[in-house]
Amino acid sequence: MNTTTTTPTAAPAAKAEAIPKAAFDWIPLALVPLLALVALPAIGSPSSWLTLTVAGLAMGMIIFIIASGLTLVFGLMDVLNFGHGVFIAFGAFVATSVFGAMIGWSDADSMLKNLAVLFCAMLAAMSITAAIGWGFERVMVRPVYGQHLKQILVTMGGMIIGEELIKVVWGPQQIPLPLPTTLRGSLLWGDAVVEKYRLVAVVIGAVVLLAMLFTLNRTKLGLLIRAGVQDREMVESLGYRIRRLFVGVFVAGSALAGLGGVLWGLYQQNVIPQIGAQVNTLIFIVIIIGGLGSTFGCFVGALLVGLLANYVGFLAPKAAMFSNIGLMVAILLWRPQGLYPVANR
Amino acid sequence: MMFSRLLSNDLPRNRWLAAILIVIVLGLALTPFLFPSTKALNVGAKILVFIVLVASFDLLLGYTGIVSFAHTMFFGIGAYGVAIASTRLGPGWGSLALGVGVALVLALALSLVIGLFSLRVKAIFFAMITLAVASAFLSLASQLSDLTGGEDGLNFKVPEALQPGTQYLEEPFLGASIDGRFLSYYLLFVATVVLVLVMLRIVNSPFGRVLQAIRENDFRAEAIGYRVVVYRTLSNVLSALFATLAGCLLAIWLRYNGPDTSLSFEIMLDILLIVVIGGMGTVYGAVVGSVLFVIAQNYLQDLLKLGAGAVEGVPVVSQLVSPDRWLLWLGLLFVLSVYHFPTGVVGRLRALRSKGR
Repeated sequence: MNTTTTTPTAAPAAKAEAIPKAAFDWIPLALVPLLALVALPAIGSPSSWLTLTVAGLAMGMIIFIIASGLTLVFGLMDVLNFGHGVFIAFGAFVATSVFGAMIGWSDADSMLKNLAVLFCAMLAAMSITAAIGWGFERVMVRPVYGQHLKQILVTMGGMIIGEELIKVVWGPQQIPLPLPTTLRGSLLWGDAVVEKYRLVAVVIGAVVLLAMLFTLNRTKLGLLIRAGVQDREMVESLGYRIRRLFVGVFVAGSALAGLGGVLWGLYQQNVIPQIGAQVNTLIFIVIIIGGLGSTFGCFVGALLVGLLANYVGFLAPKAAMFSNIGLMVAILLWRPQGLYPVANR
Repeated sequence: MMFSRLLSNDLPRNRWLAAILIVIVLGLALTPFLFPSTKALNVGAKILVFIVLVASFDLLLGYTGIVSFAHTMFFGIGAYGVAIASTRLGPGWGSLALGVGVALVLALALSLVIGLFSLRVKAIFFAMITLAVASAFLSLASQLSDLTGGEDGLNFKVPEALQPGTQYLEEPFLGASIDGRFLSYYLLFVATVVLVLVMLRIVNSPFGRVLQAIRENDFRAEAIGYRVVVYRTLSNVLSALFATLAGCLLAIWLRYNGPDTSLSFEIMLDILLIVVIGGMGTVYGAVVGSVLFVIAQNYLQDLLKLGAGAVEGVPVVSQLVSPDRWLLWLGLLFVLSVYHFPTGVVGRLRALRSKGR
C-alpha cells in the first residue's frame, strides 16, 4: 500500500530527501489518448472523430465537475452520499429559473449578455446547492457517521425527498433549457462539426479542474484535505478539526454538483426531476473507476467514460449504455482498487 | 407444535404482532370474499407479490447486511421470463413452466457472477456496482424490443384456467365470482405462503445464523472459519431466485410486463422503503411492511386528495399535499424511521414484549 514511506536502504541522509517523492503513475492517464487513438481507425473519418472527441471531452469534464466533490467526501469521511445526484437536479432547475427570468438577455444577440446569463445561472445554482448541501450534511449525514448501511439508506431517502421537493417547486414535467444565442450552433473546422457549447463546457471544466488542482496541491487547505483523505486520524491527532474541513468539502462538493447540473442541463437542453438518479449511476461508475477518494482518478475516469460513451454511441448505439459497465468491469479486473487507489482504503 | 415447526420456531414473539399477522393472513386469504371489487383484488395480489419480493430482499439486506440495488433486475427477469415464454409459445402451463425455469437459471447465473465478482469489496462498493448493473439491464430490456416489446412491454395470455373469462360457477359464491381471476389469486396466495415459509426456514437454519454472524461482524465470522465470500454469494443467489419467483407471480397476475412494471428504479425504492419500515432482519417485517405500503400507495392518495381539496388555492402547501406527492411523505417517513425506528414495526413490537417482562 504505502509506496511512499519506506526506503530501508535509503541513501545517506545528507543526499536524500527524507521521503522520496513517489513517481507519478502515468499509465492510467495514458489510457485517455490511447482510447482516442484506437477510436480513430475504428471511426474512419477524422472529422467525425474530432466531433466525437470534443463531445466526449465536454461530457467527461461535466461529469468530473459533478463527481469530484463526491469522491472527496468519500475519501475524507468515508461517507458515500447516494443523494449527490439531487444537487445536480437542483442546480439544473435553478438554472431553468434564472434563464427563464433573464430570457431577454439570453435571447439577445450580444455575447456579453449571453455569457452574463450563463454566469448568473451558475452563480445562483452554486450558491443554492451549497446551502442545500450544508443543510443536507447537518440533518441527514451527521447522525450516521461510520454506519455504511444507514448512510446508504438515509441519503437515498434524502434523494427521494429532494426529487419530490423539486416537483413541488418546479412541477413534475420536463422543462426545456435552451442555450443562449451565441452559444447555439456549431463551428466548422474543415469537415468537423464542433458544437460551440461543448467547447465552452470543456473550457469551464478545465478552469474548475485547474482551480481544484491548485487548491488541493498548492494551498494549506488542500494539503489538509489530501492528508485527511489518506489518513484521517493522523490529521485529527495533529490538532486539525477534520469535521469542519469535511463540512467545507461537502458544501463545496454540493456547489460543484450544482454547477455541473447547470452545464449538464444545458448539454441536454432540457431538465427532468429524475435527472439526479440518471446521473447518479454515471458518477458512481466514474468514482469507482478512478479509485474512491482520488481526485485525479476521478478526472481520468470521467474522461474515459465521456469519450467511450460518445465513440460507442456512434459506432454501436445500442451498446452505449453497456460501454460504461464494460469499462468499469475491465478496469476493476485490472486494478481492483480503481485507477489511482488511495492508500488505506 | 406443528404450527411452530411450520414457522421454523420463529414465532412472532409479541401478542400484537401475532394479532396483526393473523389479521393480515386472514384478510389476504379472504380478500375475494370480503372485498369483492376489482381494485381490492388487485391490491391484494400486489401485496402478495411484494411480500415475496421484499422478504427476498430482506434475506440480503436484513440478514446478511448487503445493500444491493440490482434486486429489481431479478424481479424483472422473472416477469420477463413468463411474459416472453407466454408470448412466444402461446398460453399454456408448459410455456409458463418453461418461462419460470429459464428465468430461474438466468437469475442463478447472473447473481452468481455478480456475487463472485463484487462481493469481496466493501458494502458501499457493492451497492454502487449493483446500481450500475441494474441500470444497464433496464436499458437492455428497453432496447431489445424484438424480445421484450421495448418500452411498450408485452401483453400476453395465461393458461385458460387462469383467464378472467373462465367461469367455474354460474352464480357468485358468497359474493365472489368463482372465475379464472379467483383461481389466479389463490395461486398467488398459496405460492406466497409457501415461499415465505421456505424463507423463514432458510433464515432460521444454521445457514441463516451464519448470515447474521456475517452481518454483525464479517471479520470475526471469517476468523471463526466461515468462508464469508461463499456465504455472501449464496445469500445473493438465494435472494435473487426468490425475487425471480416474485416476478413470475407478478407477470401471471398482470398478464403484462414492461420496464416500468418490474424493472424501474421506483420499485427498488419501494422495496427499500418497505424493508426499513417493516423491520430489517425479520421476514415478518416484509409482510407487515408490504401491507402497510401497498395499501398506503393505493388509498393514501385518496386521503391526500381530501387534504388537497381543503387547501386548494394556497400556492406551495396545496402542492405539498397533492396526491401526486405522496412519495415525499413516504420519503420523510423513511428517513425518520432509519434514524429513530431502525428495527421497523416488527422490531419495535418485539422489543415492547421484552421490556414488558
